[in-house]
Amino acid sequence: MALLSIKKLTKTFGGLTAVSNVNMELEQGELVGLIGPNGAGKTTVFNLLTGVYVPTGGSIILNVDGRQKSLYGLKPYAICKAGIARTFQNIRLFKDLTVFDNVRIAMHQNVKYGLLSSFLHLSSYRKEEGKLKEESLEFLQIMKLDGKKDELARNLPYGEQRHLEIARALATKPALLLLDEPAAGMNPAETAQLTELIEWIRKQFRLTILLIEHDMSLVMKICERIYVLDYGMLIADGTPDEIKSNKRVIEAYLGEDVSNA
Amino acid sequence: MKKLIGIVLTFVIIQLLISTNIINSYLQATLATICINIILAVSLNLITGFTGQFSLGHAGFMSIGAYTCAIIVMRIPTVPGFLLGLLAGAVMAALVGILVGLPTLRLRGDYLAIATLGMAEIIKVIFTNLEITNGAAGLSGIPRFVNWAWLFVFTVGTIWLITNFLKSSHGRACISIREDEIAAEAMGINTTKYKVTAFTIGAFCAGIAGALYASYFYFLKPGTFGFLKSIDVLVIVVLGGMGSISGSILAAILLALISTLLQAFPELRMVIYSLLLIVIMIFRPQGLMGSREISLSVFSKLRGLLPSKKGRE
Repeated sequence: MALLSIKKLTKTFGGLTAVSNVNMELEQGELVGLIGPNGAGKTTVFNLLTGVYVPTGGSIILNVDGRQKSLYGLKPYAICKAGIARTFQNIRLFKDLTVFDNVRIAMHQNVKYGLLSSFLHLSSYRKEEGKLKEESLEFLQIMKLDGKKDELARNLPYGEQRHLEIARALATKPALLLLDEPAAGMNPAETAQLTELIEWIRKQFRLTILLIEHDMSLVMKICERIYVLDYGMLIADGTPDEIKSNKRVIEAYLGEDVSNA
Repeated sequence: MKKLIGIVLTFVIIQLLISTNIINSYLQATLATICINIILAVSLNLITGFTGQFSLGHAGFMSIGAYTCAIIVMRIPTVPGFLLGLLAGAVMAALVGILVGLPTLRLRGDYLAIATLGMAEIIKVIFTNLEITNGAAGLSGIPRFVNWAWLFVFTVGTIWLITNFLKSSHGRACISIREDEIAAEAMGINTTKYKVTAFTIGAFCAGIAGALYASYFYFLKPGTFGFLKSIDVLVIVVLGGMGSISGSILAAILLALISTLLQAFPELRMVIYSLLLIVIMIFRPQGLMGSREISLSVFSKLRGLLPSKKGRE
């Protein structure tokens, strides 16, 4: 069974249907793109998957290590615990905390000491905090941020803030990683670097990745499959080559061909 | 270790000043106010400064601790009786904290402020109308067990526990809520749970402060715990710096001293006090300490600035 299967996912805001009858399946280890023109409902799909919005209808089933779990109506923290982590389109770091703390907070759900130990700093506190420190430094090393661990997140350059968001998402130890426009605002060199990085973390952590992106050089290069969304509806899915030549996709992006009309 | 020496030294010096009567009984009351205000401010800072939940109900929790302790210690006028009262007061305040926190902490910002303000008023009205609290006339003749030593131990204890908490993963979870609630939730933090946790810990400590107040000042009336008391505590937190424990301590001491010094000019006292607050807020809008903490390394840095003996030779 697929890692994530979405069936007939629908979300309406009053009279507006933002997402309508979307069906998607992600296999374990896949790297899938979700594209579409502005306002097509891509981020809404992410928000439905992560529990920020409750779907109006449909089902979302996550299947990690053979255990199936319906994510319908779960709170975001429970969905994170179930194995989905995300980054945000408009970076949402804990700005006034250090780089190190940003990652440590994401590891909180795996911390095994209780309130009493946090008040009295018992031996379980020291043991767990030591482990926490070690592991979070590893994540920072991967994203080449270990040299800046004590800087405030707000003081990082833009590109590194994006990297820190990915490090923070990885620290929750997800099975599925959702990246919302990871290359937004990056120059071509940075985007190329990011492309490599995404491929690398996928292999390293055996992740399944779903990403929203407008930068087609990145999408076409690394995605194995692509879903195209327009006005809240799926209009196409397939390999990058299929999508490139798909008539409906071209229409959605560029408008209908006038001579044929 | 250095910290421990500092704490013991502070205690010994002030104890000496008390026994030589340089700190007379009037100043001792100021000292008690400082200690109680530190406990209140540090615990409110946990709720407002660190977790980012704007609460105006701290006096309400304090009054629960005060009345619970007073009622118990008046029936069991011994030291164990007082300790029982103190514990019961703190637990009662924490329970009310959970009860109030669960529904109201879904609200944000100013809405939460108004809801907690309402809660504190309700508590005040209840105490005004209950038989056991002697209504608006209040309780008097509460056995007095609290002295400087008790106050000091509880103040240091509260600071220690809350600082420890903030340095733990659970404390960081609370801070992440202040930073960005949506991101915190997406990173697996159960934000409702941690808001209620912070609120409950804050209420518990406010209950302790109330119990100490009851036993030290041996007289309680509901009017003491009105809206203005909550504002007083909030002023200390904002003035010291939201998210700075040492800021709260500093501001509690500073404001009590200013208030005491201004006793000499009763007509102008509140005018000068308010002016000072305005001036400080204009020049330090982030509070005295911002979100930084004083640490002992500050002193070693200062020492580094001074020309050392070796350098002179």
